[in-house]
Amino acid sequence: MDRPIRVLVAKPGLDGHDRGAKVVARALRDAGMEVIYTGLRQTPEQIVAAAIQEDVDVVAMSILSGAHNHLFPKVVNLLRGEGADDILVIGGGVIPDDDIPGLKDAGIEAIFTPGTATSDIIYFINNNLKR
Amino acid sequence: MNIEERLLAGDKRACARLISMLENNDREAFELVKKLYYKSKGAYVIGITGSPGSGKSTLTDKLTKVLRKANKKVGIIAIDPTSPFSGGAILGDRIRMNDLSLDKDVFIRSMGTRGSLGGISKATRGAVRVLDIFGCDYIFIETVGVGQSEIDIVKTADTVVMVMVPNMGDDIQAIKAGTMEIADVFAINKSDLDGADKTKLELEMNLDLNEEKSYRPPVLKVAAGKNQGIEELIMSIMKHKRYLEESGELKNRRIRNNKQELIELTQDELIRIIMEKAVEKDLLDKLAKEVTEKNLDPYTAKDTIVNLIRS
Repeated sequence: MDRPIRVLVAKPGLDGHDRGAKVVARALRDAGMEVIYTGLRQTPEQIVAAAIQEDVDVVAMSILSGAHNHLFPKVVNLLRGEGADDILVIGGGVIPDDDIPGLKDAGIEAIFTPGTATSDIIYFINNNLKR
Repeated sequence: MNIEERLLAGDKRACARLISMLENNDREAFELVKKLYYKSKGAYVIGITGSPGSGKSTLTDKLTKVLRKANKKVGIIAIDPTSPFSGGAILGDRIRMNDLSLDKDVFIRSMGTRGSLGGISKATRGAVRVLDIFGCDYIFIETVGVGQSEIDIVKTADTVVMVMVPNMGDDIQAIKAGTMEIADVFAINKSDLDGADKTKLELEMNLDLNEEKSYRPPVLKVAAGKNQGIEELIMSIMKHKRYLEESGELKNRRIRNNKQELIELTQDELIRIIMEKAVEKDLLDKLAKEVTEKNLDPYTAKDTIVNLIRS
């Protein structure tokens, strides 16, 4: 069925920098996706509640505060707890290379660090949807 | 459990999925709603409309919190525009309502207009039905930011709240036709800014000219960001609700709205059937070419297409 891909773009944690998230949101919009933008300082619980109510295909999170090792896996686990493991979870932000394998093991399927072309993110989403 | 049982049991995932299916014109969703329709209780539907940036989402957030204090279950459908170019959208109303995300008796859903120009989307009425079956007592529909003529909300809501801001034009704007005519309640938001009293006066002077005397839309000054005037606004909405119920107008209004919906559903289905046949026969392109080359007039071409329904 021809339907737009729905993506939740969220900023978990306490950093107040959402320029990157907005650039990504805009790029996804231009790629024909419906982007639900929830803004700054979201708890993992809020992100998961929004993802469920919005019936999204993808949760895309951005963190610049350094709390990614805690917050990203928490979102994945809460989604699994809700039986929503068919939602693709991706992350971005200032994330050290050494942390990436651990995050992928925890169920964050891709990590996009500064300098990533938005077209790479779009390509990844289009090719890795779980439903 | 299947999606029907889960929806009736109050499962938010089931509710969300059924709304998506309706948005995507999934035939299975129509079959489900056919069965579940009789379970709906007739939730009260409040439309929140007004220009972009007037504070509709913030106001909806605050109104919902008042209804939650009275332990009412609330559904919110928030609509933002779909790009006519990419088909994508930024749905950003939720950002003003994040406190409500975790409330088990609040359900918020963002929708793109997906081509509709009347301020809501085609699937909005379907989503209202689903939220009603889900057990909501009140449902807010927050329209896209409107200009002067997007009035589909009046065909869907029981009470329409028009959100204004001070200094958006003079008293001539207040007497214009269109969106200004459909309000049951006017809320002048950001009324801590200069000019709110003048805007209120202009609206009141226009309302003085209404011929309908049995109900006069109130004009309230509110400041949603500062939580001012919210209780009064809820009281005004409830007063309108009581007026509709006691006068019998609520039923008339709902019959009128359902009639409108039936017309639109029938139109969509007929057009879908005819266009499927026309595309199949490559007729549309052929006729358009003939009309352009003046071998055929547009009305005869239309007759040819409409006659397909009989074939």
